[in-house]
Amino acid sequence: MNGFLAIVRRDLRLAFRQGLDSLMVVAFFVIAVVLFPFGVGPQPNTLARIAPGVIWVAALLASMLSLERLFQTDYEDGSLELLALQPVALEITVMAKVTVHWLTTGLPLIVAAPLLGVLMNLPEDGYMPLMIALTLGTPTLSLIGAIGAALILGSRRGGILLSLLVLPLYIPVLIFGVSAVDVVIGGFSAKPQLLILSGLLVGALPLCPWAGAAAVRQGLE
Amino acid sequence: MQNHHLGSSLSLFTGTDLVCFRGGRTVFAGLGFALSPGEALMLRGPNGSGKSSLLRLMAGLGQPLEGALTWSDESIANDPEAHNARLHYIGHADPVKPVLTVTENLRFWATLRPGFGNGEDAIASALEKLGIGHLADVPGRFLSAGQKRRVNLARILAAPASLWLLDEPQTALDRAAEKNLKDAIADHRAGGGMVAISSHAENSLANARELDINQFRADSP
Repeated sequence: MNGFLAIVRRDLRLAFRQGLDSLMVVAFFVIAVVLFPFGVGPQPNTLARIAPGVIWVAALLASMLSLERLFQTDYEDGSLELLALQPVALEITVMAKVTVHWLTTGLPLIVAAPLLGVLMNLPEDGYMPLMIALTLGTPTLSLIGAIGAALILGSRRGGILLSLLVLPLYIPVLIFGVSAVDVVIGGFSAKPQLLILSGLLVGALPLCPWAGAAAVRQGLE
Repeated sequence: MQNHHLGSSLSLFTGTDLVCFRGGRTVFAGLGFALSPGEALMLRGPNGSGKSSLLRLMAGLGQPLEGALTWSDESIANDPEAHNARLHYIGHADPVKPVLTVTENLRFWATLRPGFGNGEDAIASALEKLGIGHLADVPGRFLSAGQKRRVNLARILAAPASLWLLDEPQTALDRAAEKNLKDAIADHRAGGGMVAISSHAENSLANARELDINQFRADSP
């Protein structure tokens, strides 16, 4: 536990000192969503219809944007090798890095989402399920992304490879995240969708750090 | 603080019949070594003969194709974290984060080690031993290559571990720092510590056992 907290603290400090990374992720999120009213026209009905999907897709892409550097900088300067040689299980190290990724990208995305809901004319009923679904979904995105980020260690053009590896795995989160908002707007309960999102998170929580650690070990050999 | 392993008259850390396979070729085969408390092992051999590969195997970064690495007659692969807790590794890279100060860098690595309580004094004295006490509050980005190497060496002095694996530690060091390093290794050995070190330097450590890796070179196919 001490090791976990030490790594979280150090990575948060690095993120804050290096500054603008998480701001840029949020800026990308906002700009990507803002493009849609320009693209499909400003009719309120059309925007309201596509709002949940657009916000979710943009959140997904924004979360992926910063994944490439999850292990890369530590890999390049030898820190990752050394982290693997500390008396802290590599799974814990990966979990700490995922936590920091979520705190610096997932959390800001959740905070920015209501603003974009207003912009996309999201019906009033949709805000609550959107926030809950994002809170349950974005940690899963960070967890799944860690596997991809570990697999691309040492490869050139890793960013594109990463999106090919990770985006297909994001589809379930996208489907149930969007559907949770849609059903509430349609007058039903979002409980099943939110339960499935919770299930995905609970499944990813032990599996992804384990798979990510195995991939890191492979990358270091 | 220092671990003393005086119980066994046999060697504590041994490798037998090691075969290393990397990048599609057998680097060395049939290699063996033995280290007892207080001993030093100098790895000799031309570039590409497998000195770094051997040190990485000793650290547990990767498995030998054949052969066994044991600590007190127990394979190091059985409990990697226990092995990590007793070793310090210096690789080719110096993991000094540019946005953290020297002390912050060292404190992070030290907190991951067991038995590191309130270690601010240990960090300060490690910096003094390597002659960089004046750099304690300087961010990593202002350090020269030699200074970064000294910080990396201070890292292994700040938290005790019985086995040091040093891969060409003199790289980028000036004469004074080389002397500091030699003194540190002598201190470490006097306290019952073990060192495996690869080096091209002419002068060797006092009473060090030499291992010429070239003689275990596998015949190229």
